[in-house]
Amino acid sequence: MKNGFAFVLGGALLIGQAALAQSGNLTVPRTVEAGSAFTVRTSGAGKAVLYIVGLTQVLRRDIQLGETVPFAAGDLHDAGHYLAFIGGEPTSDNAFFDVTTSQEPAALSFLAKPSRLPVDLHDGISGVVYVFDIYQNLVLEPTSVLFQLSANGGTAQNRTVITRNGVAWIKMNSASKVGAARFVARAGNVIGTRVIQQVPGEPCALRMNARPSGQQLTLETEPVRDCSGNAAPDGTIVTFTETYSDGEATVDVPLKRGIARTELPAHDGATISVATGVVMGNEIHWGSAR
Amino acid sequence: MKTIVQRCAIRQLSLVACSLLIAASVLGSEQPTVHVEPTDAVGPRTLEKQTETGVIRDYLQAWRTLSNAFDQNRSDLLDQYFVGAAKDKLTDAIRDRAKVGIQTRYSDKAHDLQLVFYSPEGLSIQLMDTVDYDVQVLDHDKIQAAQHVHARYVAVLTPTEVRWKVRVFQAEPK
Repeated sequence: MKNGFAFVLGGALLIGQAALAQSGNLTVPRTVEAGSAFTVRTSGAGKAVLYIVGLTQVLRRDIQLGETVPFAAGDLHDAGHYLAFIGGEPTSDNAFFDVTTSQEPAALSFLAKPSRLPVDLHDGISGVVYVFDIYQNLVLEPTSVLFQLSANGGTAQNRTVITRNGVAWIKMNSASKVGAARFVARAGNVIGTRVIQQVPGEPCALRMNARPSGQQLTLETEPVRDCSGNAAPDGTIVTFTETYSDGEATVDVPLKRGIARTELPAHDGATISVATGVVMGNEIHWGSAR
Repeated sequence: MKTIVQRCAIRQLSLVACSLLIAASVLGSEQPTVHVEPTDAVGPRTLEKQTETGVIRDYLQAWRTLSNAFDQNRSDLLDQYFVGAAKDKLTDAIRDRAKVGIQTRYSDKAHDLQLVFYSPEGLSIQLMDTVDYDVQVLDHDKIQAAQHVHARYVAVLTPTEVRWKVRVFQAEPK
């Protein structure tokens, strides 16, 4: 019964090795999928040592020449180029074979940049994915990676990229509305998710109003927005400048709830301007003198 | 008292030993030949000449470090030029070899390099290396095999404070 099972197992392993490389007393499969079971056939007689040597893995087995040496699943799991040889053999039998990556992606190295950017930026978001198998081997076979960028309430951008040498990359536009966007990369059943904050862009237009308040002028902007209509973030600095016959006064005011408000002396004939960043607002000429 | 024949034999042996030592030191410091394929397009980011030079210099130095680390069974040497999965795998490899008394010596002879991908944010660069190297396998200090290997490696390097380090290092199936 036991022998029968061993025979069936051995047979199954041999069928799995479609192509074999033979060198003298040694027959090895040409390729083995990472983590798979495989066998090495030997011929001759007597005791010997079988070595399988790759850059990151070495296997050493005491064997009886003439027997088929089984290697269990998981024995050889690092993809690469391997040398198999029988030690101490005068004929120095050896053979090369490859361990290929497992086809099923098991892990993604997903780098999304930047983590925060203004809305409506063309190709502003980049995503790079390296696809790995369960043994941390880079999957070099072309693999389909789906990139999906979705913001609150907006339509999602979906694009599929085929990996080349294990890597897929993409550039995407930021949405027109502020908020957190989910940037997802999917290969097979493996998903990587990154969150990207989309913040308002530069203020698009700036307009202020003035009204007298005793000896002072109360200056107040209309709600400051970017070109997509998103409110500029609180803290954005707005600069009011008053130029009059005897001099000039400047006040920097942070936005509060989208509005900047301040008071300046009401000089007759003064010109008051407003600006934020590179955007100039309207000018107000106060009083009778020109 | 030594005879003239004995003296001559000792002198000759000394000369042979000296010659071998010189030959060994010359072989040890032998530089691999390096050829770099023209890099017209490496994906989404322009590759500056200075970056290319730095990546190639550090990758070749990583090979030298690897060779020394395996030769001396010292995984700590890998720290300078390897990081992440590549370092973990090579560290395990050195530890496993030491456990079973196997030593492997690598000597790279020629590299044909091609930079194939430079990521948009500049945080990873991928190269293909068609490499020729000699490998010697020793079991408890007895040479068991010596082979010349021709293989194609894929490497992914990432920048660190002072240099590029190898993060992925894997032979491509033929």
